[in-house]
Amino acid sequence: TESSQFHVLAVDDSLFDRKMIERLLQKSSCQVTTVDSGSKALEFLGLRESDDINDPNAPSTSPQTHQEVEINLIITDYCMPGMTGYDLLKKVKESAAFKSIPVVIMSSENVPARISRCLEEGAEEFFLKPVKLADLTKLKPHMMKTKLKKESEKLAKEENALLIPVIEEDSSVIEILPLSQELESEQHEPMLSSNKRKAMEEVISTDRSRPKYNDITTSV
Amino acid sequence: MNTVVAQLQRQFQDYIVSLYQQGFLDNQFTELRNLQDEGTPDFVSEVVSLFFDDCAKLINNMSRSLEQPENVDFKQVDSGVHQLKGSSSSVGARRVKNVCISFKECCDVHNREGCLRCLQQVDYEYKMLKTKLEDLFKLEQRILQAGGTIPQVDIK
Repeated sequence: TESSQFHVLAVDDSLFDRKMIERLLQKSSCQVTTVDSGSKALEFLGLRESDDINDPNAPSTSPQTHQEVEINLIITDYCMPGMTGYDLLKKVKESAAFKSIPVVIMSSENVPARISRCLEEGAEEFFLKPVKLADLTKLKPHMMKTKLKKESEKLAKEENALLIPVIEEDSSVIEILPLSQELESEQHEPMLSSNKRKAMEEVISTDRSRPKYNDITTSV
Repeated sequence: MNTVVAQLQRQFQDYIVSLYQQGFLDNQFTELRNLQDEGTPDFVSEVVSLFFDDCAKLINNMSRSLEQPENVDFKQVDSGVHQLKGSSSSVGARRVKNVCISFKECCDVHNREGCLRCLQQVDYEYKMLKTKLEDLFKLEQRILQAGGTIPQVDIK
């Protein structure tokens, strides 16, 4: 299922580099979307450059764009014309909706001041080009963290929804809203630390307990 | 049939090893080959082709920037060298990359003559590599057409 794969947004102005990073990510079993600029990246995410609600000329962002696009990681080149990778990083971290998305910066130049500036601004990793397959294995924990967070947030929402009975118009039957089955697909990920696995199991067990009541036969 | 394949595979192996030994290619080319699989059998040749296209374009632009002795746009040249160094590095084009290092040094000190020499050298090196890799890919095709598989080569 789509939800069990990580979706990475890769940003680089060089076609060559986009092709490289795309293949690297695909080889690491990630779904990839590539864009050639920081502004296109923001567009894809559903962020406008000027998030001015009061501006009548700014086209409103369709809320659908926000929900449909689930990005687990942004990987961006540092040196790009217009908006640099650093600028993009800042914009993402300043956005309430997307600041939890891990951002990784790539650069062909080893400039320590640049690296620390990016890390200070919230970048998870800084990769020197050429990026290797081995570098990308470092990304799994970061992506897993946000995916788990999103899943547990989603589940918490659905749990609350369950507490509200839905009464059908033509019947007095209380309908229990179906639970999301998505969590089951997460179990195959071997990168889960034992703590995370425990947290996941705890969330699952709360939900499982409800339907069980139907099946319990108690013998006295 | 088997011996034809074995012969071609040996030829391929020897050729690719010689390219590494002569310094045309480095480890990064191996990384590239490792990224290719049955689902993406043309990845290496596509990426390499993109690289050579880039080379031609960048060299052309830099040549124009260096043309007028009184009016050299070293910023443009620097940008071109930077890109060339980056992509040659990503492809494993060792000799091309090394020329770029010298090229950047000449550019930094605004040495037009030095830049022109490097430009000529980088042009030579990329074209040389292009020919070599074309021959390598042809060998690959011959192996596949003979029903064989392309050997995994471990370069020590």
